[in-house]
Amino acid sequence: MKDNQRFVTSYWRVVLLVARKDLRAEIRGRELISSMFLFAFLAVVIFSFALELDREARENSVAGVLWVTIIFSGMLGLARSMAVEKDKGSLDALLIAPVHRSALFYGKALANLLFTLVIALLLMVLLTVLFNISLFVWQVLVVLVLGCIGFTVSGTLVSSMSVYARARETLLPIMLLPVILPVLISAVRASGALLAGLKAEDWLPWMQLLALVDVVFLIITYFLFDYVVEE
Amino acid sequence: MEYTENRNFWLRVMTYVSAFLLVAATIMSFTYPGAERSMGEVQRLFYIHLGSFFGSFLTFSVAVVAGIYYLRTRDNKWDRLEASSVEIGLGLSAVTIVTGAIWARPTWGTYWTWDPRLTTIAIMWLTYAAYLFLRSAIEDPERKRRFAAVYAIIAFSSVILTIVIIRVRPDVIHPTVAGPSTTSADVRGEFNVTPRIRDTVFFNIFTYCVLSAVLTWHRIRIENKSDFIQERKLSILGNM
Repeated sequence: MKDNQRFVTSYWRVVLLVARKDLRAEIRGRELISSMFLFAFLAVVIFSFALELDREARENSVAGVLWVTIIFSGMLGLARSMAVEKDKGSLDALLIAPVHRSALFYGKALANLLFTLVIALLLMVLLTVLFNISLFVWQVLVVLVLGCIGFTVSGTLVSSMSVYARARETLLPIMLLPVILPVLISAVRASGALLAGLKAEDWLPWMQLLALVDVVFLIITYFLFDYVVEE
Repeated sequence: MEYTENRNFWLRVMTYVSAFLLVAATIMSFTYPGAERSMGEVQRLFYIHLGSFFGSFLTFSVAVVAGIYYLRTRDNKWDRLEASSVEIGLGLSAVTIVTGAIWARPTWGTYWTWDPRLTTIAIMWLTYAAYLFLRSAIEDPERKRRFAAVYAIIAFSSVILTIVIIRVRPDVIHPTVAGPSTTSADVRGEFNVTPRIRDTVFFNIFTYCVLSAVLTWHRIRIENKSDFIQERKLSILGNM
C-alpha cells in the first residue's frame, strides 16, 4: 500500500468505519440497546395504564404511542452516544483524524439510526403483541425508516451541541423536540392513516413531507456540523 | 462599539417615529376600514395579528442571516444582532399567537385548535424559546455564540414551515391572505378585501417592521452598553 493511500480514506469508508466502531462498542458492552429497550417497554406499559385503552382507543392511539416511545427512548441513546465520546476524549481523537468532518457526523448518525431502528422494530413487535394490532405493513416500515432518519440526523447534530452544556440532560430534549416536531407529526399521521387502512391520498402527502424534511436535515447538517465541532 | 451622540440621536428619533406609527396604525385599524360583514368588529384584530407576524418574520430572517455571517466572519456584532432579533421576534410572535387566539374564539368558537398553521407557529415559538435556553446553558462565550448561530439556522426551518404549510395542506382553516392556496375560499373564512382594508394592512405591516427594527436596535444597544460596563469594570479593577 502506498503512503498516501494509507491516510486518505474514502468518504464512505470513514462513515462505515465510524458506524462500525459504535456498533462494535455496543455489541461488546450491550448497555445502550438494553437500557433503551427497557425504557421503551416501560413507556408502553405506562401508556396502556394511563390511557386505559379499550380496543377502539388502542387502534386510534397506537401510532402516537409508537412514535412518542421511539423518540423518547431514542433520545436516551443519542445523549449517551455523544456524552461517551466527549467524556472519554475519543471525540477529540476522531476530530484530529485527517478525514472530512461530515463523514464522522454521518458515521455517528448511521450508528444512532441503527440503534433507533432496532428499538423501533422491537417496539413494533411489542405493540403488536400487547395492543393486538398488527403493525407490520410494508408502508409502515418505510415510514419507520424515514422517521428514524429524520430523528437521528437532527438528533445527532443537536446532541453534539448539548454535550457541551452545563445541564446537558435537560438541554437535549428542549432543543431537539421542537426541531423534530415536523418529523413526529408527519410520521404519526402517515402511520396512523396506514394502520387505519385509509386511502393513499390520506397518508402519501405525509410520507412525502417526511421525506422532504429528511432531505433538508441531511443537507443542513452537512454544512453545520463543521462549525459545531471546530476547535 | 462606541455609542456616539449622533447614533443616540437617530435612535431617539426612530423611537418617536415608531411610537407615532404604532398609535397611528392602531387608530387606523379601528376607524379607517369598515367592520367586516360576517365577523364584525373582532376582525380588526387581523391588522395587529398580521402586522406582528410580519415583524417576527423579519426579525427571524435577520437572525438567520446574522447567524450565517457570524459563522463566516466571527464578528461579535453579528452574534449580538442575532440574539437581539430572536428576543424581539419571540415577543412579536407571542403577540401574533395571542391576538389569533382572541380572534379565533368568536370566529371558530375556540381559542386554540390543532390546525396545521397554529401547530407550526407553536413549533416556531418553542424552537426560538429553546434557542434562548441554549444561549443561557453554555458557559464558554465563543462556543455559545457558535452553537447559537448553528441553532438559529436550524430554527429558521420552522419559520419556513409556518409560511409554507397553509399553502400546501388542503385541510387548514386558517385563511391565506396572499399567494396560492389549495383550500376553497368559504372553508377558509376569507373576506373580500376592499382598498381601505388593503391600505390598513400594508400600513400595519410597515409599522410593525419599523417597530421590530427599532426594538432590535434598542436591544443591541443594551447589549453593547453592558459589554462596555464589563470592560470598564475589568480595567478599573486591573488598575487598582
